[in-house]
Amino acid sequence: MPDPVLSIRDLVVEFATDDGVVQAVDGVTYDVFPGEVLGIVGESGSGKSVSTMTLLGLIPVPPGRIPRGEAIFNGRDLIKMKKKDLRDVRGKDMAMVFQDPMTSLNPVLKIGYQLGEAVKTHFPKKSNDEVKQHVIRLMRAVGIPNVERRYEQYPHEFSGGMRQRAMIAMAIANDPSLLIADEPTTALDVTIQAQILEVLKAAQKETHAAIILITHDLGLIAELADRVIVMYAGKIVEQGDVFTIFSSPRHPYTIGLMDSLPRLTAEDKWLQPIPGQPPSLINRPPGCPFHPRCFLSQGRARCREEEPPLRPIAELHLTACHFGEELEGRTSKQMEGALVEGLPT
Amino acid sequence: MPETQPSSTPVAAAAAGGGLLGSTDGAAAAEGLYEHGLEVKARSQWAYARKRFLRHRLAVASLIVVTAIFLTGALAGVIAPHSYSQIDLNYFFHAPTVKNAHYFGTDQLGRDYFSRVIYGIRTSEKVGLVVALLSSVIGLLVGGIAGYFGGWIDNILMRITDLVLTLPALPVLLTAAALLGQGNEWRVTLILAFFFWTPLARIIRGSFLSLREKEYVEAAKAVGAGDFRIMFRHMLPNSLGPIVVNGTLTVGTAILVEAALSFLGFGIQPPTPALGALVNEGQDNPQAWWLTVFPGLTVVLIVLCVNFVGDGLRDALDPTQRRVRA
Repeated sequence: MPDPVLSIRDLVVEFATDDGVVQAVDGVTYDVFPGEVLGIVGESGSGKSVSTMTLLGLIPVPPGRIPRGEAIFNGRDLIKMKKKDLRDVRGKDMAMVFQDPMTSLNPVLKIGYQLGEAVKTHFPKKSNDEVKQHVIRLMRAVGIPNVERRYEQYPHEFSGGMRQRAMIAMAIANDPSLLIADEPTTALDVTIQAQILEVLKAAQKETHAAIILITHDLGLIAELADRVIVMYAGKIVEQGDVFTIFSSPRHPYTIGLMDSLPRLTAEDKWLQPIPGQPPSLINRPPGCPFHPRCFLSQGRARCREEEPPLRPIAELHLTACHFGEELEGRTSKQMEGALVEGLPT
Repeated sequence: MPETQPSSTPVAAAAAGGGLLGSTDGAAAAEGLYEHGLEVKARSQWAYARKRFLRHRLAVASLIVVTAIFLTGALAGVIAPHSYSQIDLNYFFHAPTVKNAHYFGTDQLGRDYFSRVIYGIRTSEKVGLVVALLSSVIGLLVGGIAGYFGGWIDNILMRITDLVLTLPALPVLLTAAALLGQGNEWRVTLILAFFFWTPLARIIRGSFLSLREKEYVEAAKAVGAGDFRIMFRHMLPNSLGPIVVNGTLTVGTAILVEAALSFLGFGIQPPTPALGALVNEGQDNPQAWWLTVFPGLTVVLIVLCVNFVGDGLRDALDPTQRRVRA
């Protein structure tokens, strides 16, 4: 396997609040390899966004702080990096596509100017004409029609889908080696979502960037990701390639997530939610953070007392469950009927 | 690829066209597909603001009047029929008359009051505009830095602002004028600017505090933009409305306060004519009503019009304020 673009080791991110310290990210470790799409799934508050925002230094400090951990990106630790050096990395080697294109573009600046700024910030020596040509090429690349005129327009003259295209163009402006897409389609309607996925795929093909795709949409993961990380309560609970995760999940939470999706082939009337609530990140339950909601842990003292480490259960497949082996042969109900359809092979 | 083929989305076309950055044919096909018959004339925010402002009749009328007055002042050397210090011995302490173009009469020395008022306008508008500009710059820097960086920087700057705000303006102005030396219009301007930056500093701080949390500011950070680029390129244009409005209103207030200072004898000193000083001179001769009425009315007219323009701008630049006054 090639050297990873990014390797995160034991990253902890905390926020000091009036009620106590919230451990938003609790000892997360993973690698991102060149050219792959790494999907991170988890419900709201599981730490999936925070862990990546930390990389770009976009966590407000205070109240946030990073007591330990490192994030080696192209040989340099982003966590210890000086603010000024980090600014050089942002938007150049590592770029971000934000969730809501309606609010992520400045309403008073022209689209062309905003895209040009992404280039000009890192290459101040480029002439205005060069920058403009580059921006126009980018806008064409992400499928913005009528570029010459669109260049002069303001964000309010763009539709949601077009704005997200512009955001993607901005992100790939300087050929980054890592692209972080934080719920890139959540704010868009379904038909546009499909188009944006195509744009993302095309963008990746062009730049060969690795993508971290943060989402709670398992469909998106199935469509785009090569490997998947499942996060729960600030921890990674399962990690593996996308096919393994979908066909033979080895963590009860992953199974719960898939079972709670609606199925097209469903004969049962109700969705199957995961019972209970995610734990408070201020007072974590002892043992496995998922044990109060878990169907495997019923009556088992080990789940309540001992925190399960993230351990290999098969080749390139990690789980943080003491009893992951018991899930052998068990697929989610989701997968029983519709397995393989839409999954990359 | 036929342009009417419905299944070919521009993206698919772009992706199919091979390399992303190189594919122009896909995008070109998309252009034909998309923007046909979907044309709506797009208006910028400024076009809307202009439209709203033009609907505000009082503000438009005021703008015309105030422009005319300021132009008269600026072109005083050309427009004024006499010099402000020239003595006409034939018309001495004369009431307004069209003869020899003494429209506003003459004072006890036989100087043409119409010309003196025009030169007074020139002084007042200079003071008003420079004070507005200078205090806006100070207020912008102080408020912007405080709001953007927050924390202890914010605390220090805002306490200084509070301190300046709590100073009782008139006594301090009088003392400052007395200490720094009176008479010179630039000195008066500096003193006034020092007092007038506080409201804008507070407005900008509040505005930057909320803009700081906007996603597009975060997006600009993620692109690698520096602090000052974000402050002046991204946040400043978003708070331009209050800056313009506040600046306009400051022009009016500065002219008024300068007139008050000059009236009290602490502002601009003779022989430079200033509107406040002219009123002051006139009050020694109550029977010569024209000596107080004309410069006084001019000040009132300027300040009133400037304030109406400011009101109109406020309505025009604040899109949340839908109601348009006639």
